[in-house]
Amino acid sequence: MSEISSGVGGRESGVPVAHGPGAAAASGAPDSQLPTPDPHFEYLLRLGDDRLVLGHRLSEWCGHGPILEEDIAMANIALDLIGQANLILGLAGRVEGAGRDQDTLAYFRGEREYRNCQLVELPKGDFGFTMVRQFLFDAYDVLVTDALQQQTVNADLAGIAAKAHKEARYHLRHSAAWVIKLGDGTEESHARVQRALDECWRYTGELFMADAVDAAMQEAGIAPDLAMLQPRWQERVEEVVHAATLTLPASGYMQRGGRAGQHTEHLGYLLAEMQSVARAFPGATWG
Amino acid sequence: MTVAAGRPTPDRLYEILDGVKDPEVPVLSVVELGVVRDTRVAEDGAVEVSITPTYSGCPAMHAIEADIVAALEEAGYADVRVRTVFSPAWTTDWIGEEAREKLRAYGIAPPGKRPSGDDELIPLLRRGAPEVVPCPYCGSADTTLKSEFGSTSCKSIRFCTSCLQPFEQFKAI
Repeated sequence: MSEISSGVGGRESGVPVAHGPGAAAASGAPDSQLPTPDPHFEYLLRLGDDRLVLGHRLSEWCGHGPILEEDIAMANIALDLIGQANLILGLAGRVEGAGRDQDTLAYFRGEREYRNCQLVELPKGDFGFTMVRQFLFDAYDVLVTDALQQQTVNADLAGIAAKAHKEARYHLRHSAAWVIKLGDGTEESHARVQRALDECWRYTGELFMADAVDAAMQEAGIAPDLAMLQPRWQERVEEVVHAATLTLPASGYMQRGGRAGQHTEHLGYLLAEMQSVARAFPGATWG
Repeated sequence: MTVAAGRPTPDRLYEILDGVKDPEVPVLSVVELGVVRDTRVAEDGAVEVSITPTYSGCPAMHAIEADIVAALEEAGYADVRVRTVFSPAWTTDWIGEEAREKLRAYGIAPPGKRPSGDDELIPLLRRGAPEVVPCPYCGSADTTLKSEFGSTSCKSIRFCTSCLQPFEQFKAI
């Protein structure tokens, strides 16, 4: 994994270490001494982990939404994303062939083994931040799931993507509508979502930075060409940002590292909360 | 233990499965909803039922699977396998006219037309008039969409301006 040594890593205060909860017990930890993992497995982890982590962030709003309808909406979207993660991580486990199922992959990997982009792990912030981050991800997700349902040679993945695409479309309608409503709203709401957009922007580059895993998967006909998707994403984002009377941040330094297991300090805390029960009571099931 | 009821015909299997209701929309059976995709009798004599989830995270799928197994056991088929298939993806287009009428009578507006491929994201720029969804209670066409998200993944929330009644609509996907 050359990405790990050359990657920029997390924010200064948050360069992660491999000694977080569960890291020692991890069997597949990326490490320069270990052989390069199967790109197919890695790619599915990226798709699954984006959804699991973002779904968890949205679920943090349950019971805390600004209005009842939005509380329900965020819980619904979280359910869709976690459901998709469940299916994709299950598929990843079967591709890996090492006997790990979706629960093992979700609850018994440390942060260095998570492959989500850093955008989705940022704390939920205020409602405006949550909607801006969601919009940036949804606009990407609609394109990725559409490309997968049409192109991928992995039939299981194509079926999961077809369903996920239908869901991503109404997620995007929802988040785009809120970005416009808040951006073109009051002085206060405008300032808040502009700040959120400025904060999120440097985490969007990672969505389209292809590495060796993406190249291998594109070659195998499993993954789409990320470079082809970026202009369409940019166009759509600009359209909504304009309608929201917001200012698109200048393109500049882009953060990266999540795809190679390097995360901000925030992911460890998220996983600690998400995994604590499963790790305290391994094998426990709902009765 | 149940007594083996012989080799079932496809019609018989559908008849049994039509008795299995959706746990969250109990006026529709899993057949009417389009969740049951296929039934067959395998070479080893087991009854195989293929189902497809309505939504990726639909929590009712586990209950539906258990209810299908229970209904077939009750009818004398103890050896049942339920398979989950993802392709083609479930669509509300599979809900037939009769089932739509049952939804309406239950107080849920049936699904409308699916949004077209190139959704216009900016509400004011959306082409065409918004879809008319009659109120399932008073029939008025004067209703508005409050949220695309409701009490379950498959429903959105609308409000009838005529009879002042909030109601749910089956989301078209």
